[in-house]
Amino acid sequence: MSTLTIIYAVLFYIATIIFLSGLAFRINKYATTPAPLKIPTTPAPTNKIGVIWRMLKELVLFESLFKGNKWTWAFGLVFHISLFLVLLRHTRYMLPWIPEPIVLLQPFGIYAGITMIAGLLGLWGRRFLVDRVRYISSPSDHLILALLILIALSGLAMKFVVHTDVVGVKKFFSGLMTLNWKELPGDTLLVIHLTLVAILMLIFPYSKLLHAPGVFFSPTRNQIDNPREQHHIAEWAKRLEQGENQG
Amino acid sequence: MAKPTFQVPELQEYLEIPSVTPGTMAHSKPFYSKPEFQKPLGFPEELVDNWQEKAIVKMGELLTKYKSVQVFLDACVKCGSCTDKCHYYIGTGDPKNMPVARQDLLRKVYRRYFTFAGKYFPSLVGATDLTKEVLDDWYSYFHQCSQCRRCSVFCPYGIDTAEISMFARELMDHIGVGQKYCNEIICKVHKIGNNLGLPGPALADTLEGLEEDVLDDTGVDVKFPLDQEGSEILLVTPSADFFAEPHVDGLVGYAKVFHEAGVSWTLSTEASEAANFGMFIGSYENMRKISQRVRKAAKDLKVKRIVFGECGHAWRVAYSFLNTLAGPWEFLDPNYPVPQHICEFTWNLIQEGKLKFDKSQNDDMVLTFHDSCNVARASRMGADPGGQFEIPRNVIKAVCNNYQDMDADTIKERTFCCGGGGGLLTDDLMELRVKGAKPRMEALNNVIKDKGVTHMAAICAICKSQFTKVLPYYGMDMSQIVSVHQLVSNAIVLTGQTDQ
Ligand code: HEM
Ligand code: HEM
Ligand code: SF4
Ligand code: SF4
Repeated sequence: MSTLTIIYAVLFYIATIIFLSGLAFRINKYATTPAPLKIPTTPAPTNKIGVIWRMLKELVLFESLFKGNKWTWAFGLVFHISLFLVLLRHTRYMLPWIPEPIVLLQPFGIYAGITMIAGLLGLWGRRFLVDRVRYISSPSDHLILALLILIALSGLAMKFVVHTDVVGVKKFFSGLMTLNWKELPGDTLLVIHLTLVAILMLIFPYSKLLHAPGVFFSPTRNQIDNPREQHHIAEWAKRLEQGENQG
Repeated sequence: MAKPTFQVPELQEYLEIPSVTPGTMAHSKPFYSKPEFQKPLGFPEELVDNWQEKAIVKMGELLTKYKSVQVFLDACVKCGSCTDKCHYYIGTGDPKNMPVARQDLLRKVYRRYFTFAGKYFPSLVGATDLTKEVLDDWYSYFHQCSQCRRCSVFCPYGIDTAEISMFARELMDHIGVGQKYCNEIICKVHKIGNNLGLPGPALADTLEGLEEDVLDDTGVDVKFPLDQEGSEILLVTPSADFFAEPHVDGLVGYAKVFHEAGVSWTLSTEASEAANFGMFIGSYENMRKISQRVRKAAKDLKVKRIVFGECGHAWRVAYSFLNTLAGPWEFLDPNYPVPQHICEFTWNLIQEGKLKFDKSQNDDMVLTFHDSCNVARASRMGADPGGQFEIPRNVIKAVCNNYQDMDADTIKERTFCCGGGGGLLTDDLMELRVKGAKPRMEALNNVIKDKGVTHMAAICAICKSQFTKVLPYYGMDMSQIVSVHQLVSNAIVLTGQTDQ
């Protein structure tokens, strides 16, 4: 077993643990922090199905962003859909078998790598060209975009420039998952790709990438507009009622 | 109107987004609260010793109480969608008035003390220590947010800067940095029963005067009852309705509608105020205490229903929070929503054909309608989403022949704040109020020019007061702002009415 394999095996175990536990910790925090008041941004749905529909439109179509800024919306949607396709295509390195839909998707996965970069460049351009967006950008906002672009570039380079041993990659990751370590193909591009991906996983639970879980917990979007019909009160607020005989 | 000491923005035909001009409003801050207005609300009288430490502890505590703020502080991706949506940014160009930048004033401290990245890589994620400069910025810019929620409409995560500024104000109050206007008013509500400090006998006097006026005008004995036990309806309305113009004409409208409906109703000295400034300062405790007055009044007067008068933030508290803060309402008539908005009440009667109107009485006006932020984006009327837009318009159209909407990007859920909401309706913030009104003034000016509009109706006491003050700065007349129920009052034909 080469040193490289050992280093990357350990790195990916650590990255996975931090990614999953960090995310679980955050999600638990969001889920358990009470929302003492009804604050949906109205007009809001008056029942649960309506709320699910509203959330779906936010998740899939970025509805509010569409209202807000068409350019950001277009670049953002291109980036996220591409990312989604790329990640679907990547399941072939992780799963023991490849589901039929993903096989069909394989060719699109490649274009998705390119459109992903296009979307990211568009978003990055805004951070330089629009004075308001420039003002609100901190170094981390630039770095995350750079990181994603580099991940995609190194991935595409493996596809189009210097091929990597895809079967070897799959063996390495299956090995990690079954605790039966296999050698990692040592070519530079792959090592770069994987290093960057590990960094992405490590920063995910500590950065604005928390928007992905966060969007599900936003009270202005996920609450039902029924305050007159349904009594709503938080545990901590109930304590204010104790020892006090209401009127 | 005194001559302004600042540049009044010029109105344009199209909305213009200003370029970023740092610091233009750094000097704007409201008067600080005084010890006598802090203590009764449960806040320290002045800036406490080791305030940094206490602020951080308080922040940690509040973060466990408010899911909204906890999620919002983490989730923002700095996409910029909200940056050109705030009327205070549009009116001033000060980048700290961009909603996300306003949030960042709090977020950078949150990151520094509560997140891994901010603790170890502060400069990377723009985290900073809580210094006196930061506190000053907080005080200045969290009092340049009218909590109108317009930014929240356009944010992909629904991030509501109003929640952030309420949170920040609550935090500042707890280290002894309060705002005079809000806190003084809350003291008055607790002590006297309303924001204006109008005592019971003066209120009774005023109402008697109104009865005489209406009798003189119409020959009909329309009552304005106060503290009448056993009435069917308790009316809770902003105290400005008792004498300010055009508010009081709205109150006359409610009374005429109740009269024609044939239901008994009453005002209460105990709850002679619909406004609830506890919301503006983000204080659940104070908001709750103020709301409990309504419960007590309803119980004492043994009413069956509660109706709220025309007021924006009051309707938010009433519609969205009252059940939480003072409910459940097991002792009221379950056949009616609690509470009801006066527009819902009037519109129901109109639909039942119980009110008679002579629309020509409003023919001297061409109306438009200003959606108040808290009604538009934080509450509802009627059974269906969006009823808060349709019902007031329906009422206006039922009593007026001439109605025109303003530009679609400036009404309904996209409505622009009057510029004076969220606890900023104070003379020490006049410059901010005038500049923040720009987008609304622009839209109004355009329909005045293009569609012959002469008057703008509103259903919020703060909007009405703000516009009366601000319209003249833009070369318009203060009388161009009217109450919706003032229009109802003009047109309604009372049974047995003599003149007309
Ligand atoms: C639940 C799934 C997700 C939703 C609904 C979502 C939604 C959004 C939206 C609406 C934006 C703002 C528009 C834009 O700038 O593109 C955004 C930005 C962003 N998202 Fe996501 N996202 C999701 C998952 C992810 C994931 C898994 C990543 C990880 C790599 C990611 C990375 C980013 C980045 C880097 C930005 C900022 C782009 C910029 O700097 O302008 N998102 N996301
Ligand atoms: C452990 C995780 C990952 C592994 C093992 C991995 C491995 C690979 C490999 C072997 C390729 C070359 C494909 C080929 O030659 O056909 C590739 C391509 C690519 N990777 Fe990854 N990758 C991982 C994670 C990611 C992530 C998280 C992203 C995006 C944020 C990403 C983005 C891309 C892109 C855009 C391409 C090029 C287009 C494509 O082939 O789909 N990869 N990756
Ligand atoms: S809530 Fe309104 S005033 Fe406050 S930042 Fe958002 S848009 Fe501006
Ligand atoms: S729209 Fe929302 S996510 Fe985008 S910058 Fe503004 S607050 Fe942040």
